[in-house]
Amino acid sequence: MLADQDRIFTNLYGLHDAGLAGARARGQWDGTAGFIGKGRDWIIDRVKKSGLRGRGGAGFPTGLKWSFMPKESDGRPHYLVVNADESEPGTCKDREIMRNDPHLLIEGCLIAGFAMGANAGYIYIRGEYIREREALQAAIDEAYDAGLLGKNAAKSGWDFDLYIGHGAGAYICGEETALIESLEGKKGMPRLKPPFPANCGLYGCPTTVNNVESIAVVPEILRRGAEWFEAIGRPNNTGTKLFCISGHVERRCNVEEAMSIPFRELIEKHAGGVRGGWDNLLAVIPGGSSVPCLPADVCNDLPMDFDTLRDLRSGLGTAAVIVMDKSTDIVRAIARISYFYKHESCGQCTPCREGTGWMWRVVNRMAEGRAQKREIDMLLEVTHQVEGHTICALGDAAAWPVQGLIRHFRHEIEKRIDDYAANPHSDPVAMEAAE
Amino acid sequence: MAVRRLAEIQPESFAFTSENRAWADDQIKKFPEGRQASAVIPLLWRAQEQHDGWLPEPAIRHVGDVLGMPYIRVLEIATFYTMFNLEPVGEYFVQLCGTTPCQLCGASDLIKVCERVIGPQRHVTDDGKLSWLEVECLGACCNAPMVQINYDYYEDLTAESFEKLLDDLRAGRPVTPGPQNGRQMSAPLGGPTTLTDPSLYQNRRTLVSDTDVASRAANDTAPSPPPPSSAPEPEKADKPEVADETDDKAAMLDAAERPEALEGPAGGTADDLKRISGIGPKIEGILNELGIFHFAQIARWTEDNKAWIDGYLKFKGRIDREDWIGQATTLAEGGDTDFSKRVDEGNVPSSKD
Repeated sequence: MLADQDRIFTNLYGLHDAGLAGARARGQWDGTAGFIGKGRDWIIDRVKKSGLRGRGGAGFPTGLKWSFMPKESDGRPHYLVVNADESEPGTCKDREIMRNDPHLLIEGCLIAGFAMGANAGYIYIRGEYIREREALQAAIDEAYDAGLLGKNAAKSGWDFDLYIGHGAGAYICGEETALIESLEGKKGMPRLKPPFPANCGLYGCPTTVNNVESIAVVPEILRRGAEWFEAIGRPNNTGTKLFCISGHVERRCNVEEAMSIPFRELIEKHAGGVRGGWDNLLAVIPGGSSVPCLPADVCNDLPMDFDTLRDLRSGLGTAAVIVMDKSTDIVRAIARISYFYKHESCGQCTPCREGTGWMWRVVNRMAEGRAQKREIDMLLEVTHQVEGHTICALGDAAAWPVQGLIRHFRHEIEKRIDDYAANPHSDPVAMEAAE
Repeated sequence: MAVRRLAEIQPESFAFTSENRAWADDQIKKFPEGRQASAVIPLLWRAQEQHDGWLPEPAIRHVGDVLGMPYIRVLEIATFYTMFNLEPVGEYFVQLCGTTPCQLCGASDLIKVCERVIGPQRHVTDDGKLSWLEVECLGACCNAPMVQINYDYYEDLTAESFEKLLDDLRAGRPVTPGPQNGRQMSAPLGGPTTLTDPSLYQNRRTLVSDTDVASRAANDTAPSPPPPSSAPEPEKADKPEVADETDDKAAMLDAAERPEALEGPAGGTADDLKRISGIGPKIEGILNELGIFHFAQIARWTEDNKAWIDGYLKFKGRIDREDWIGQATTLAEGGDTDFSKRVDEGNVPSSKD
């Protein structure tokens, strides 16, 4: 288990002062100007060395992403945008950072903004997080009053302004280009890439979009050293990570743990174990609703990290661990996820707009058993027609849970269909998915 | 996608109050010149707040005028983003999360409560107090099942506590947002399993120099900090305060009140003071420096001794709060405390060397 001294989010549960005084007492805002004094390349190099991978789901190396920003401005301003549109079902970690440890995020914004040559940063927070927005705004105001933001921020010689923008209930705005569109005052419809935001992002200017957690860990990486961060976890999967444990466990919670912690240890140490005991485990969604579920038999020693889970054809995603015990109606649980993607599709690309609704209706019928067995393969084929054929990854995210369901629980769907067929029904099973 | 249309009955007109108009101008200033459209979501939201929680068509046009945007662009925003209510809602508008993590934890029971107490979705009760809507993930999955009512989250609900909550709101009784089962935010029920080491919150951590980190990385690849005896604990040890100023600080306190000190541990072996809850490796080191090696010594501390140590460690009464003397008395007599048992079983990482 990770030692308390190695945890970054020391006020994760809000037991201590979230204000500036409390933050400073916990070691935040310490040496910030010194890091900035060492220059952009030093900061980016340290972040690269630490092995930090983006905490928003895709796991792209953060330092590398920063290095894509132009070294010299061509006259256009650079922007840092922080993605606080936390909406992936199962994920509730950034919320705790923003309401309980906001200064880690603000300090990280200043450092990251400097490292990418940005004098302005926007934090785009989801509309529902109203209290979190207030808490974060209070912390930003406090930072301005203390001279930590604004002109010559934290006496570093760098001018940096930080603003909060917010959404109004659209999951798709968590996609980085949709977020940029939304921040520009448009519908959150993702843009085609290229051009990538590092060349042409917010207002057509070089922009980098990072997750809250990715930004918030940077100050501590610089303070304690990239080697410290890199020594936690496994190679290529380094550092500490906030895990959100939800579903059928004894005690649901957020917890900061070492990357690559075995699944069983994570659940039993912090969440009191699976409800009804380990043997009662049915399946796990290890990284938020968009990654395929995994059956219980692979979960025992499963290291929770990007590479292991990818090799199992799932993913770490946002490390939102949704645990399902044997009382779960797994087909219905996945059908609810399909409904989520149907609801949240922006409607721009046909395969996603039509496909998400189609998949939801078919999975929903299968949950009742009102389907034919050959439809299972048809459904699988349709998921592959959606996956990879849309502008953004929402199409993929809608396809993967269904693929995971069929891959691991085909027998369960077949049983439903058999049970339904075994009983007399007035209307014959018709293959239809049209609205 | 969700199909969302404007309400059939609309008010005649809408205009921001002067207060809200000033607020809107402040919002616009957040964005670069000519990019005032960026403020459209905050402005629509404020318009909705001003108009009893729903957004009428005249307000959409008004926001378009304020921002110099074509009406259709603002209408697009209002219909695309689902938090804009396009029809009237109750005074307490319940947004009930029905997505899988909440569904697994009983959101469907809450839906039944809503249907029974309030009626179908979007229906406003006759007294105008309540209406509800099933929404997608609200991002509080560790506190499932949960609802958002106006600005606040109400978490860890059961059908009973939710029904009582609705009753209380309707009757105007005070309610407390947050977890409804007494837990601390998203910490595990019954108390955190992490961040329990009090030393994290005592001293300001000093900056780690590159050499410290490099030498540590070379010697020790494990993530935990090395024991204080073999190497400094760079990220939390506030060394000047603890070691270098020892004499100065001791001088400031009344020497007569200082507890008795031993030259070294009696019999050559010190007690493991970390078996006392509240004493970690660092404080143990300080106590050893002060000549305190045994439980029996702590058990014999007088009030003055205690005050001296408290002042020395800048503890502000922690010795009493954690009852070191009581714990030491038990341990000196060969007994066990709950905490020492956990230490002996190796379950307290902060008490390991």
